[in-house]
Amino acid sequence: MNAAPAVTMSPDRSFQGLILTLQRFWAERGCVILQPYDMEVGAGTFHPATTLRALGPKTWNAAYVQPSRRPKDGRYGENPNRLQHYYQFQVILKPSPPNLQELYLESLAAIGVDLALHDVRFVEDDWESPTLGAWGLGWECWCDGMEVSQFTYFQQVAGFECAPVAGELTYGLERLAMYVQGVENVYDLNFNGGEGDAKVTYGDVFLQAEQEYSRHNFEHADTQMLFRHFKDAEAECRALLDKGGEGERHLMALPAYDQCIKASHVFNLLDARGVISVTERQSYILRVRELAKACGAAWLRTEGGGVA
Amino acid sequence: MSDLLLELFSEEIPARMQRRAAEDLRKLVTDALVERGLLYEGAKAYATPRRLALQVVGLPAKGQDVREERRGPRVGAPQAAVDGFVRSAGLTSTEQVKVESTPKGDFYVALIEKPGRPTVEVLAEILPAIIRAFPWPKSMRWGAASRETGSLRWVRPLHSIVCTFGPETEEPEIVPFEVDGIASGDVTYGHRFMAPQPIRVRRFDDYVAALEKAKVVLDADRRKEIILADARNLAFAQGFELVEDEGLLEEVAGLVEWPVVLMGQFEERFLAIPGEAIRATIRANQKCFVLKRADGTLADRFILVSNIVASDGGTAIVAGNGRVVRARLSDAAFFWETDKKTKLEDRLEKLKSIVFHEKLGTQYERVERIAALAKELAPVVGADPALAERAARLAKADLVTEMVGEFPELQGLMGRYYAAGEGVEPSVAIAIEDHYKPQGPSDRVPTDPVAVAVALADKLDTLVGFWAIDEKPTGSKDPYALRRAALGVIRLVLENGLQPKLEQFVQLIYSMYLLRLHTADLFVFMHDLEGKGHISITAYFTDDERFFRAVDFSKPAYICRPRDKNDDRNSEDSLIITLGLNHYYEIISEIISAKSLFELLLAFVHDRLKVYLRDKGARHDLIDAVLAPVSPSPPVGEGREGGTAPAGSMPAVADGIGTPPSPSLPHKGGEGPHAPAADDLLMVVRRVEALGRFLETEDGANLLAGYRRAANILKAEEKKDGAGAFDGAVDYDLIADKGQIEEKLLAVTLAKAAEAARAAVAAEDFEGAMKALAELRPAVDAFFDKVTVNAEDPPVRVNRLRLLNALRAATREVADFGRIGG
Repeated sequence: MNAAPAVTMSPDRSFQGLILTLQRFWAERGCVILQPYDMEVGAGTFHPATTLRALGPKTWNAAYVQPSRRPKDGRYGENPNRLQHYYQFQVILKPSPPNLQELYLESLAAIGVDLALHDVRFVEDDWESPTLGAWGLGWECWCDGMEVSQFTYFQQVAGFECAPVAGELTYGLERLAMYVQGVENVYDLNFNGGEGDAKVTYGDVFLQAEQEYSRHNFEHADTQMLFRHFKDAEAECRALLDKGGEGERHLMALPAYDQCIKASHVFNLLDARGVISVTERQSYILRVRELAKACGAAWLRTEGGGVA
Repeated sequence: MSDLLLELFSEEIPARMQRRAAEDLRKLVTDALVERGLLYEGAKAYATPRRLALQVVGLPAKGQDVREERRGPRVGAPQAAVDGFVRSAGLTSTEQVKVESTPKGDFYVALIEKPGRPTVEVLAEILPAIIRAFPWPKSMRWGAASRETGSLRWVRPLHSIVCTFGPETEEPEIVPFEVDGIASGDVTYGHRFMAPQPIRVRRFDDYVAALEKAKVVLDADRRKEIILADARNLAFAQGFELVEDEGLLEEVAGLVEWPVVLMGQFEERFLAIPGEAIRATIRANQKCFVLKRADGTLADRFILVSNIVASDGGTAIVAGNGRVVRARLSDAAFFWETDKKTKLEDRLEKLKSIVFHEKLGTQYERVERIAALAKELAPVVGADPALAERAARLAKADLVTEMVGEFPELQGLMGRYYAAGEGVEPSVAIAIEDHYKPQGPSDRVPTDPVAVAVALADKLDTLVGFWAIDEKPTGSKDPYALRRAALGVIRLVLENGLQPKLEQFVQLIYSMYLLRLHTADLFVFMHDLEGKGHISITAYFTDDERFFRAVDFSKPAYICRPRDKNDDRNSEDSLIITLGLNHYYEIISEIISAKSLFELLLAFVHDRLKVYLRDKGARHDLIDAVLAPVSPSPPVGEGREGGTAPAGSMPAVADGIGTPPSPSLPHKGGEGPHAPAADDLLMVVRRVEALGRFLETEDGANLLAGYRRAANILKAEEKKDGAGAFDGAVDYDLIADKGQIEEKLLAVTLAKAAEAARAAVAAEDFEGAMKALAELRPAVDAFFDKVTVNAEDPPVRVNRLRLLNALRAATREVADFGRIGG
């Protein structure tokens, strides 16, 4: 590896270049750059760095990439836009700074969106996560008619009012990359910025995974086992919440929340397998929400949650 | 006179909230000013995605001075009382008050002069309160301030406030106030991308001009005009025509401060998708307009509205939007192709999983009812019963297609496309689309008989269902669009000239709803016609014809649980209990009779009919006159009997299982309060029309005058002799014996006219009935001219009053003339 390989980190020609640019951009603005959470989650919001850190009075600014799994969105690698596993770039700023919209637009400029050339719009989109007991107001951010980010002022998380309110930015990385690279099919994205033989595409990295996981998610995941796992995760979450309480304090909010995340993902898999009826669906969502609320309450009894 | 300029500058306000917010701002500020005695000449509010602005012109610089004389204690009252009075008047010594002599003695009087407050001061006081309590449909907190409870809420973060006030000729001043750290000032900002610099403004005129220079069109209506004109021109230049869409236009105007209209293109192959689906896709997801070609078909183009004048003339924006539109249309094409692979008929099972309403069951159950009803309605509307039933069965199947799942507004329409593709009978395909119609006063009314049958069945099922669970519209709340459903029934019937016996169909659907309440351990019983026993609703399963012949729909129904679960009787399909119901069953609750439900529903339909006719220019008093009861009516102004009270309705049953039976409410059966065949809406309308024409003739006007004279006399005399004192038959012998010639003439004409009018009404010949009544006019005129009603001779007096009463009764054959106004 002596000679520099023929690659570019330019965000409009390399998927990883896009990620690196965004990380650098937000790092330079004081964010803690975290690595992805090591569990399966449906969205970057589930990362405890967002869900739990959004609660409580402490200042918190962080950014990270989060692989997100949506078992139902798998299309066996055949749809150019839909994936059961994709990347979100997540920024959380608490309290929300007064110039958050300007910061967001600067980050777009940083990844190569010329704001004199493109039509960027903030279109109403109220965000709600029934499983997290969370909601906020904000927009979907459009670039020439394409939704490239979600922009939310959290009002409530885990059933608790946010005080102060955090601002959350979620960049759909594949979409954004497709846009800046001018590519119509996600699998054609240039991943590493190499050209010719050195080029690695998104398809090279993920196509096989999309096919295999679609089979798993829709056809072969063992539903009996998953039902069991759901129950186990739920029980363990409750047990940890129980055992972690010590007077005013809570000592195991984070491990308990891991079990809540697990239950949520297992539910998503069961949903993809089509074994949850419409009425049951609501009750499962409620069960996860109860866990999330209890974890949020526990977090508020920890140092991170603001207890001195 | 001075003007106010207010601007509230924020992050992007949802398009759908802007117009209402501007209006709220105008109203709140002007109301608060008026409340404080500050009148204004005019006010107008504006909204863009980033700002609400308000201009109020012609305000006084300050409020009116108020002079008030306040009387205090009597001279010589205790000093403490006098001092207190002086203090309360804002004065310092007794020397400042005067003494006034009155017949009751001498009193201290203080002259209080309150100078009017400067308007600026009043504004600075009211505006922060209005901003804090602004009625956004949804509002939020933000930033560091949100650490504290009670921090300012706004639709999205509020950034700055412009507020100036002053006369036109002078430099206006800033109205000084602060809301959560945001101080009012005179600085605003231009377009987010094209002119973000601060702008200093003075008053509305230069504010609008400065914004315009900074690429902001303040007035939403102007933005709409620009978009519409540019879109039309752009389309026209390329030989297309814009498919106009007011809702979309309003929304798009709320998404841009500086509209720039551009045209994009997609592949022609997508035109294989139904045009409505293309339009829905492009509209809902991309907020773009579609275009038509000269032949009326959709073009492979779309119109987008961007918010900037791009440095490349919009090429990149058009390309970007085009890519998204293509991706969306690929999805739509996929839905279209996927949906076509499954026949509508094979989708019916899936309707079982779609809940129509928690208490009214699934769409599948609904389809069962509508199909049964459509089949029964078919002969009345001239449709083939088998086709009507088939159309009803397929009518909701498209609810479980991918396309309708994505675009609910395409329901019905997609069903028609899919049905046509499967090669079903054309009238069935039409009915699938049209059975939702008419959706309002201006929507198209189906005319194909099969469509009419299904459309009527659909609406009647909805109305009966919600009446059965007592979910009726109240005030402005009508979440299930029941008023629209009732109007739909009215328009379907009237505009197709139909005379369905609505009561009979309501009984049928209601029975089917009752069937739903029959479960494994709950039985529904109704009275039998002979009054000897009860018939289980399950009898309907086995022989609906016999069931309908034997059941008394004017009596309530009962939800029961068997006392002995093992009783063999419970397994019978057809169940008639002749002994006491109580012996075998525990009555859990009693529910409204079909007749009562029908009467309540009919009263609602009549209300909607009045609105419908009034919108068409008919006199609403004539509608009342025609709909009035036939039996002696109460005088105008004393409310009419409006159906019977519901004796507990279905939810009480569904929810109240296990609770003791509700006490049986008095049930008013027997005579209905409505004119005969009041459910024959067509005849009601014909009668209203005939009555209107009649009253416009001289005969009609005079007869009405005669009627009124008779009614007034009767009213006065009934007060003396008691109500109903003149109800008896006219004594013709007495008239022959002692009567004047005019009296004889009236008696004879009246007998003839009443008979003729009755016969004509029975034959639905309302013109004839009016003509018959018109014959009365000379006799009535002559009678009042020559005959003294209150004759000296008591029997003669009573007989003459009876004659007038007979006249009043005769007019009631046609309408209640007492309800005619004007």
